[in-house]
Amino acid sequence: MTQDQGNTTNTEASLGGASVEVVDVNAVNTKGIRALYKKRTKIHPRRSSGFFRSLKWWIMRLTLGIYYITPWLRWDRGPGAPDQAVLIDFPGQRFYFFFIEIWPQEVYYIAGLLILAGVALFLVTSLFGRAWCGYACPQTVWTDMFLVVERLVEGDRAQRIRLDKAPMSLSKATKRVTKIALWLGISVATGGAWVFYFADAPTLAIQLVTFDAPQIAYLTIAILTFMTFFFGGIMREQVCIYMCPWPRIQAAMMDEESLTVTYHGSRGEPRAPHRKGDTWEDRGDCVDCKHCVVVCPTGIDIRNGQQLECITCALCIDACDSIMQKVGRPRGLIDYDSVANEIRKSEGLTSSIKWFRARTVLYTLMALTVCAVMLTALLSRSDMDISVLHDRNPLFTALSNGDIRNGYTIKILNKTRSPRTMLLTLEGFDKADLKVVGAASDDPDQPAYLTVKPDQQQTYRILVSVEANELTSDSTSIRFVLEDINSNSKVHQRSIYRGP
Amino acid sequence: MADKPTIDDLTGVETTGHDWDGIRELNSPLPVWWLWILYATIIWSIGYWVAYPAWPLVSDYTKGVLGYSSRTEVINDMAEAKQRQAAQLQKLETVSLEEIRTDSDLLSFALAGGRSAYNVNCSQCHGSGAQGFAGYPNLNDDEWLWGGTLEQINFTITHGIRNNIDEDSRVSDMPAFLTDEVLTKEQISEVAGYVLSLSGKTEGATDGGKEIFEENCVACHGDDGVGNDELGAPALNNNIWLYGGDKDTVTDIISRSRGGVMPAWGKILPETTVKALTVYIHSLGGGT
Repeated sequence: MTQDQGNTTNTEASLGGASVEVVDVNAVNTKGIRALYKKRTKIHPRRSSGFFRSLKWWIMRLTLGIYYITPWLRWDRGPGAPDQAVLIDFPGQRFYFFFIEIWPQEVYYIAGLLILAGVALFLVTSLFGRAWCGYACPQTVWTDMFLVVERLVEGDRAQRIRLDKAPMSLSKATKRVTKIALWLGISVATGGAWVFYFADAPTLAIQLVTFDAPQIAYLTIAILTFMTFFFGGIMREQVCIYMCPWPRIQAAMMDEESLTVTYHGSRGEPRAPHRKGDTWEDRGDCVDCKHCVVVCPTGIDIRNGQQLECITCALCIDACDSIMQKVGRPRGLIDYDSVANEIRKSEGLTSSIKWFRARTVLYTLMALTVCAVMLTALLSRSDMDISVLHDRNPLFTALSNGDIRNGYTIKILNKTRSPRTMLLTLEGFDKADLKVVGAASDDPDQPAYLTVKPDQQQTYRILVSVEANELTSDSTSIRFVLEDINSNSKVHQRSIYRGP
Repeated sequence: MADKPTIDDLTGVETTGHDWDGIRELNSPLPVWWLWILYATIIWSIGYWVAYPAWPLVSDYTKGVLGYSSRTEVINDMAEAKQRQAAQLQKLETVSLEEIRTDSDLLSFALAGGRSAYNVNCSQCHGSGAQGFAGYPNLNDDEWLWGGTLEQINFTITHGIRNNIDEDSRVSDMPAFLTDEVLTKEQISEVAGYVLSLSGKTEGATDGGKEIFEENCVACHGDDGVGNDELGAPALNNNIWLYGGDKDTVTDIISRSRGGVMPAWGKILPETTVKALTVYIHSLGGGT
């Protein structure tokens, strides 16, 4: 085992056109003989800057902004209804999303959303490799945040390594305590924002500080605080390498044409240190400065090729680009490229990015199909609904006058905020008597008016009788029609009518 | 099989030394913290044994220091449910049956309670769908031996039929016309034919049968066999038969008489349960 990230000796040498510092380091996660159980070696990623680092900061600002601001957005739904734009109301069994209000019966919208997210992830992965891992995964985003705090308190890589080795002292303890306190602050804020999605945010915020909030809110915050602290501060790359299934799954979505963070060995090899004024003939562009290794948050050497540990955070691209600029070589020795292109380059062929492949086209079509289905379902969504359950025991009842009667349980959903009266009719027979159990009048000629309370589902039992000669077989197809007597909007539901 | 561990050329990772037909196993190391998790779960389980019921003993089990039991939890849940029902149960007790029927909230409460009481107490004889069996009336149809209004159903359930535990029990006794030697076999056959003709089954109807019917049966079953729910006398002019509508069955009943027995549920169940049962039975479809 040669894992000596701790033994860093920085040698300043005059390289190429400018002075490049060479770091003496071996990647933590390198192939080689490993023991049965592997001791963890702490990784101290060095700060990097460049295009991808800036891009990641912006994505972080955007995603965290959405996460923290969303629960505080208001949306007027009229009196008696919550005015929070996005709210998952478990006791009330509703999910509010701006103008959409989803009932538990409509959980398939959530399923559709998850399918869409899944397919979109497939598409992004087949195009850009593990872009999710590198840019959007909370594990990466929060680890980045925790690293910022660590750098702020304890300094960059070299200082942190020195601090780790230093004996405990007042200043070391102060630094450690400060760091942990700041981390805890971020963690509490993380869990604290989460609970606002499940209750009225302003009310809950006041309750939280006056200790009047429900116990479950505190428990949720506590659990999320612990998880954030533990995963972002302590576990870090171990989560990606050992706990997360995504690195294992991604291989099925990527192919040799997928873009991923690639070291161009054909251009970089043979690698060797380079002194200013040395020729660039008969050697590769890699000056073996190992900057790509020291900035890596998962402790790999990207020059070893694609690895399971690589979350494609692209920080090594930034690191390498800055060195190439210093030594006066073109950028992109490490860059987003496909495996196929790297092979083409080594064979002297021109490289190109193939965006349209069977895989990407298929994933796009799948995503569009799911979108279309979801949108159609959402737009054709009615503010009332009916479901009909035919009595199975007994299937039918013969009455004393020879008529045949069937019983039905009918559930009516009123998704509006006002009470409604609806008329239930039956299609399929010339004459059928509808009787509503619980109706004030027993007169079978009385139309079946059903009232439903606002924002409720109401269950009615309906008895339908027809003359025996209306029935031509033991099962007749019928249709219940429910019409709002004010708005005239209609819904219908098929069912059967059983007879002897 | 076991060989010396070697280094795999492709991955550079050590193998376990196991070799199956040339397939060798890589010895990829687990992170050591994974092992700690195993130890942590073992320690956790020991804590669990101490805190919760865990180990079976010969005639008992270890109770755990927290004193938890799932039975207590059920008892608490039941008590809580009772508490939640209290207001509606009280309402059920005070208001009239008709008020229960037309108050949609109270109705759904009564129907739910009535249904579960029915399943426990009534379904054994009347069937799980109240469809009845020979000798046990179908409660879905519109023929009622003792009347199908809410009050009549409530009375029948409360006091029962032909039982000796409630003095208000519904009682009716049809004579056993053959056993009691009121009619001869031939006369019974004739009157049975007439009875079947009342519901349109014309086979074997004779004037003699009509005469016998008017002399012996009309008092209870009414003119043309319309029935009388005051006396529990079923209508004979429709296609609903308690024991069966074929001639053999009808002949047999006239000869030997039959009548079912129902317990007085008012002596067994609380009044509110009987009320809920009444509303539930009434809702099945009969009603009138």
